[in-house]
Amino acid sequence: MSDTPNIGFVRHEPIPPSAPPIQQAGVVKWIRENLFSNWINSILTILSIYFVAKIILASTPWMWNGVWTTSSLRECREVLQGTSGACWSVLVERWNQMLFGFKYPVEAYWRPTLTFGLLLVCIAPILFQKLPRNMLMFSAIYPFLAFWLIWGGTLLTPVVVALSLIAGYLAFVKMERLTGFATGLLTGVVAVALVLYLGSFVTAALPEFIALEPVASRDMGGFMLNLILGTVCVSLSIPLGVVLALGRQSNMPIIKGICVVFIEFIRGVPLITLLFVANVVLSYFFPPGTNLDLILRVIIMITLFSAAYIAEVIRGGLAALPRGQYEAADSLGLDYPQAMRLIILPQALKISIPGIVNVAVGLFKDTTLVSVISMFDLVGMIRGPISSSTAWTGIYWELYLLAILLFFVVCYGISQYSQWLERQLRTDHH
Amino acid sequence: MSEAQMKVSDEIAISIENMNKWYGTFHVLRDINLDVQRGERIVICGPSGSGKSTLIRCINALEEHQQGSITVDGTLLSSDVKNIDKVRSEVGMCFQHFNLFPHLTILENCTLAPIWVRKIPKKEAEETAMHFLEKVKIPEQADKYPGQLSGGQQQRVAIARSLCMKPRIMLFDEPTSALDPEMIKEVLDTMIELAEDGMTMLCVTHEMGFARQVANRVIFMDAGQIVEQNEPEEFFNNPQSDRTKLFLSQILGH
Repeated sequence: MSDTPNIGFVRHEPIPPSAPPIQQAGVVKWIRENLFSNWINSILTILSIYFVAKIILASTPWMWNGVWTTSSLRECREVLQGTSGACWSVLVERWNQMLFGFKYPVEAYWRPTLTFGLLLVCIAPILFQKLPRNMLMFSAIYPFLAFWLIWGGTLLTPVVVALSLIAGYLAFVKMERLTGFATGLLTGVVAVALVLYLGSFVTAALPEFIALEPVASRDMGGFMLNLILGTVCVSLSIPLGVVLALGRQSNMPIIKGICVVFIEFIRGVPLITLLFVANVVLSYFFPPGTNLDLILRVIIMITLFSAAYIAEVIRGGLAALPRGQYEAADSLGLDYPQAMRLIILPQALKISIPGIVNVAVGLFKDTTLVSVISMFDLVGMIRGPISSSTAWTGIYWELYLLAILLFFVVCYGISQYSQWLERQLRTDHH
Repeated sequence: MSEAQMKVSDEIAISIENMNKWYGTFHVLRDINLDVQRGERIVICGPSGSGKSTLIRCINALEEHQQGSITVDGTLLSSDVKNIDKVRSEVGMCFQHFNLFPHLTILENCTLAPIWVRKIPKKEAEETAMHFLEKVKIPEQADKYPGQLSGGQQQRVAIARSLCMKPRIMLFDEPTSALDPEMIKEVLDTMIELAEDGMTMLCVTHEMGFARQVANRVIFMDAGQIVEQNEPEEFFNNPQSDRTKLFLSQILGH
């Protein structure tokens, strides 16, 4: 047995940790590995460089030679004398219409501008948990302030609406504690209606009390309209989506049925048909004489539409949670609303962030569809009043480039934020 | 028998009478009768699929039973949500996979239920939580997230989380089955300590050393029925039924 090696082994001194081997670095190595690793990659790299260069070489002179100071497309062509060049003067002359629509009073442009600035202040504490929490007070006031600034009229209108909501909430809390959820909800709704009704007399009596010049909904337009529709619909459809997703998981067959039918119906219908419904058909459902604002009708439709999608995204998040989380919450004696609010939804929503952002970005871009029902949003302005004006007929590239730029900045910002948020919420490994 | 095994009162903590449960058409628990005295420590064992987990999950209504009655601390478990929530807030439970809340810190995991269910002020709840985290010997992890802890540490946090509700009964559903061998001991030590404090415990486990050391009674289940129950010494040294003998020879035989 002398040829069997001795397999016994004991380590007496531990191996000390050492630094990892130094990576071979350098630009040339990186290029060779990533761009020219074999002949197929080399050909693809050269082709890509060729096309990118072609696009840049063709578009740069066009942008650079652009004319900024003329007052019509014809003058642009005269100045350019057949050389390639953009006619940027349309943007100089019509930027205000592209941003605010063509009927919003010029002397009131500061109002939507201020509203937009305040919007950033309003969403900052919602987006960034580290900011002081009392900033949320402003976020709560903001919707009413924004309504007053953009639509004008007396400050009393939004104040009455805010008061009615507060009254409804207080009534709900009080009654819920005494009699339960359903009666609490009913009392809350009654309280809202009552305060709104009483408040309508006050606003009718004092229409000039701290009033701004009123602007009708049909005068809203441009990118402002896209932003209004986008922010309002996204912020309304997320809570509605959560309710629908929970409803779809409910044990109560009627609630579950309603949610399933609603979600499946909305998802099976193109948004554009819903917008036509909002435009022409919806008024048949209201008593004659009621003239529900067109923007409000469109907001309702887009909100319902995106809520159905968000509900499905959140349902995916709920399904992805291990059953143990529900059981742990149950075993500690948390009731259903507590378990949902404290345990299930924070985790499910975290999983759903990419999907929700996807829907939100899509929704924001889909607001351009309202141009089809003759609302003059950014695209509607370009297609309608600007392109059909005698001075600028036949101009497309410059206008749509601005539209693309505006939408891209907003959507890219949203997507970057969501990625940042995902990193912030990651608690599984630090 | 150790000192801990002595302290049992006559008061009935859990009373299960003629309880039956089906999953669809599968008869998973058959005619279960079980009385648990206050301070009693029961170990339930049996082959997988024998219904032992289902049995203790019925006690805090994580599973619904269809026939018979379960009374916990004088509260009859029915479909009444108020009764169920009452029982659940009195009965602590530890799971095989810990089921800590990954989005909350260890301390928040422990204070959540006392704050929201018991309505205890946050400060007081945090003091209680730290007390129990010290008891399970991981107070220094309070500000970490569950994902940063080892399995054994997570299970001890789960025990502390249940204890923060000051339960009168603790249920353990295979608390060491998902752990590495090195970590089983630290969890068992915590459970032994708990038993010595006189907690009423029902424990589904295959840790027979633990059963010998702390249990007053060992229950053997097979095919949804209680096949045999006895004091641990008798149970291990002198099993009566063939099924029990086979089972014991399989888990103790190597």
